[in-house]
Formats: sequence, C-alpha cells, structure tokens
Amino acid sequence: MGRKKVLLAILLTTLLGAGTALAADPTGAETIKADPGQAVDFVWVLVCGFLVMFMQAGFACVEAGFCRSKNTTNLFTKNLLDFVAGSLAFWVLGFAILMGKDWHGLIGTSGFFLAGDSYDVSTYLSFFWQMVFCATAATIVSGAVAERIKFSAYLLYSVAISAVIYPIYAHWVWGGGWLSKLPYGLGHLDFAGSGVVHAVGGLVGLAGAIVLGPRYGKFDKNGKPRAIPGHNIALAALGVFILWFGWYGFNPGSTFSAHHLRISVIAVNTTLAASAASITALLIILLKTGKWDLGMALNGVLAGLVAITAPCAWVESWAAVVIGIIAGIILVIGVYLLEALKIDDPVGAVPVHGFNGLWGLISVGIFADGTYGNYSITPPFVKGLLYGGGAGQLIAQIIGAAVLFVWAFGCGLILFKLLDILIGIRVSPREEIQGLDILEHGTPAYPEFYTMRR
Amino acid sequence: MKEIRAIIRPEKLEDVLAALEAAGHPGLTVSQVEGHGRQAGLTEQFRGREYKVDLLPKLELRIVCKDEEVERLMKTIAEAARTGEIGDGKIFVYDVLDAMRIRSGERGDVAV
Repeated sequence: MGRKKVLLAILLTTLLGAGTALAADPTGAETIKADPGQAVDFVWVLVCGFLVMFMQAGFACVEAGFCRSKNTTNLFTKNLLDFVAGSLAFWVLGFAILMGKDWHGLIGTSGFFLAGDSYDVSTYLSFFWQMVFCATAATIVSGAVAERIKFSAYLLYSVAISAVIYPIYAHWVWGGGWLSKLPYGLGHLDFAGSGVVHAVGGLVGLAGAIVLGPRYGKFDKNGKPRAIPGHNIALAALGVFILWFGWYGFNPGSTFSAHHLRISVIAVNTTLAASAASITALLIILLKTGKWDLGMALNGVLAGLVAITAPCAWVESWAAVVIGIIAGIILVIGVYLLEALKIDDPVGAVPVHGFNGLWGLISVGIFADGTYGNYSITPPFVKGLLYGGGAGQLIAQIIGAAVLFVWAFGCGLILFKLLDILIGIRVSPREEIQGLDILEHGTPAYPEFYTMRR
Repeated sequence: MKEIRAIIRPEKLEDVLAALEAAGHPGLTVSQVEGHGRQAGLTEQFRGREYKVDLLPKLELRIVCKDEEVERLMKTIAEAARTGEIGDGKIFVYDVLDAMRIRSGERGDVAV
C-alpha cells in the first residue's frame, strides 16, 4: 500500500475506533512498540518536513530579489503570512478535506482541528508533512501576483487555497480520491507533488496574474514587453540555493519512510534535473543575447526541480537529465509566451511551477522504469511508455494533468474575480508607483535611502 | 574665484584624487551623478529580456580655487581622468561670487 493509503487506513481506523492496535496514540508508546522501526521513519519525515518549511525562506528571497526594492517588505510579509494563516487554515479545514474519511472519492470529511481521535502521533506526523506541502503551494502564487496585489486580498487568498483549493485536489491524488483510482496504469501518480503542489500553485498564480493585469510599465504603449529588473540578484540567488537545499527534503522525504533506500536515487535525480534545466536555460539565452544570464539560470534550477518532483522516485539518472533539459526549454518558451500574451508574471512562477509541474506529471508516464511502486518497494511497480508499460500510465498522467489545469486555473479565476468584486484586489496606481512597502505596510525595507526627520 | 566642475568616470576617482593631492591638495566635493554626453547607453538584461540604460553613473567633482590656479588644476584633472575612450567626461568652469569659512567667518579668496 502507498504511504498515503497507509495513513488513510490508520486515520480511518482511528476515527472509526476499530482495532486497539491502531487506536489513537497521543503518547507514541503503542506506535513504537508495534514497530520500533517507526522511530527512524518519524525522524526522517520530520527532518525532511523542516527542510520543506525552510523553502518558505527561499521563496521569499527569490521573489524579493527578482522584484523592486520598494516592494520588499510587502513580499516578505506575504511569504510569512501565507504560511502563518495557511497553517492555521489547514489545521481548521484543509487537513480534514485532504486526509479525512473519503466521501465518494471527492473530499475528506473528518479530522477537523486535529480533534478527537486525530490526537495521535502518526496523524500529527501526517498533518505536519501535508501542512508544509500545502504552504509551499500557497506561497508560489505570491510571485505571480507580486508588486500590485492588495495585502488584504492576498491574505484572504492564502486562507482559501490552504483551506479548500489545495486540499480538495490533493485529496483526489494523495487522500485516496478518484484520480488515484483511475483505471489506467497504477492510477494517477504524483510522487512528491509536481502537480499537487507546484502546478496548483503556478496555475492559481496564472489566474491571479490575469485578473490583476500587468504591472504599470511592464508593457509600453505599443504593447512591447519591457524588463523590470529585480533589485537584488544576490538575494534571488541565495533564495534559489535555499530552495534547492529544501528540495532534498521535499522529494526524498516523500517516501514517508526511511526504510525505502530509494531515497538515494531520488536525491540524485533531483540534483541532475535541476542542473540540466539550469544549463539548458542558460545556453538558450546565451544564444539569443550573447550574455550569461544568471536570472534565467536560477529560474532554470527551479524549473528542473519542479519537473523532477513527480517522477523523481520512478526514473533513472539519464531520464532525470532529459526531463531537466525539456524543463529548461519549457521554462524559456513559457516566459516569452506569457509576455506575448500580455500576462505579467514578475518572477516567472507560472512557467517554473505551472507549466513544468504539468510536464513533471506527464514525464512519469514516459520515463517510469519499473523499479519502484506506489510509495512501495514491492510490486506492482510503475512503468511508463519507454519501459514497456504501454500507454496506460501516460493516459492516467494526462488525465490528471488536464483535471489539475481545469481545477486550479478555474478555482483561481473564480477566487480572484470574486475577491476583486468584493474588496478589489489591486492597489491604486499611486501606491503601485510609490511601492507597497510604504502605503500598505508603513515600513520601507531600506529606510536609509530616505531622508528622515528625527 | 572660480569653481571647477569635473564629470569623470567613477573608476578614475582614485587617479584624479592622487593627481590633485600632488598638485597641492585643493579642497573638493564629490557627488554621485547619472548622465550621458554624446556617449550612448549600455544594454543590460534581466531573465532573458534586454533593456537599455541611457543614464550612466558618473562622479562630479567640485573644486573652488583662485583664478590663477584654474588652468593648472583643469590640466591635472584631465590628464588623470583620461582613458581616450568615449565617456571620459567633461570639465566646466564657473565664476564664484563669494565664499565664507564657517569656522572663522573669513571671506573671499582666503576662505577657499
């Protein structure tokens, strides 16, 4: 059984109060007595979860570095508060919808507030893991809507994605929902969340960027796109290094077990895809402009990481490199495509997380080599097109990707349109030009640039 | 009294200061400025998109001196700041009506 199914089973039994061995165990004594090996699994999952939480810092640095200094306070506040508000919303609603008792494959219905029988070490472990993943999806959107969204609107969006939009889709894939039970291949598979986390975040972000419209000055009078250079490339680069490091928790930790030694394969694949995508993006821009473009190389790293997130456990090294190269190409095409469509995505969140998240899902159906199962080291193993698995898995992946696009983009459009009607989501032109730091927050990030009266 | 305003390349500041020191250490003020003369701007790029920087960073030196020192100081600055490439900058000279040393209240030539 897969880790999610195991957890679901544990959750269900605890909630139904059946079986003394699996009853709620807030002390942890029963759990470790039943299987002493659980200790190392708990440590593995928690340490990896801590790394995933630290990716929040990476996102904050990337976004602030790629945007202008006048919006730095705003971007860091958004990245802090989407985690703060999102973790609470996930505790109230999200976790129950994601991992609770399944209702017709659509939605989970138990475990609100982690109350009752959810007071259990295994359930809390599952909550922590799913919570940091949910927060990652939420924070991706911040970059796509940067430098022009009202903070109040962003706060409401954070609650909505963490409480409802993310958990429902995640339930379909990881909570025992209908996508995981598709009658093709082993059902729709997304190992660590190219789709569930990154494509959901990226496509909700796309909706947000469309509803908001481009930043003042992004397109000139003739509609020609203009570069709006970020204010701190060093900060952006540090952010990418932090994210890359955090990804070693995100992907290997998704085995949910330290007993799956497949974690070494996952770590290598994660690295190779990131490197291949980065150098691909770098070389494409070098051919175009004759210059070594760090900004695109940094985005390339993230594109590769996102793409390998779904297939990382099911492919071998050469496939990771190929997946990365294609991710780099998709990234560059995506960046220019959005500009051609007059959509302003200040940090490239949509091509990095949205487009490459979908590519990661599809790549599973092509490159999965039949050496690892559904979060399991015993058969049935996942096999793609190139390894004699036929088209089944690929079909399941394409269906999942299509459903994801409709769900995330659709929910995003409805949410941001609704917020726009209710409270207005865009700051005034005056505020946008002066920067959100001063008028939204009253705290310029770099006050030494101003002359102050004491 | 005259004021010499010299617009120079930022990277030439140390050479110019050393030359002025050798020429008798006149007082000076340095400001960071942006501008362009007949020199075109630079092309830079961010995440794959190029953009033009029309105004380039320069330094402006201001030196107030006695009339008879102007010629010598202009030559000193020009020699130290010159690379021979476009963008070396310019030197302008203005009349100064009066001056006061704030500490002592002295006026005119003795104050500069």
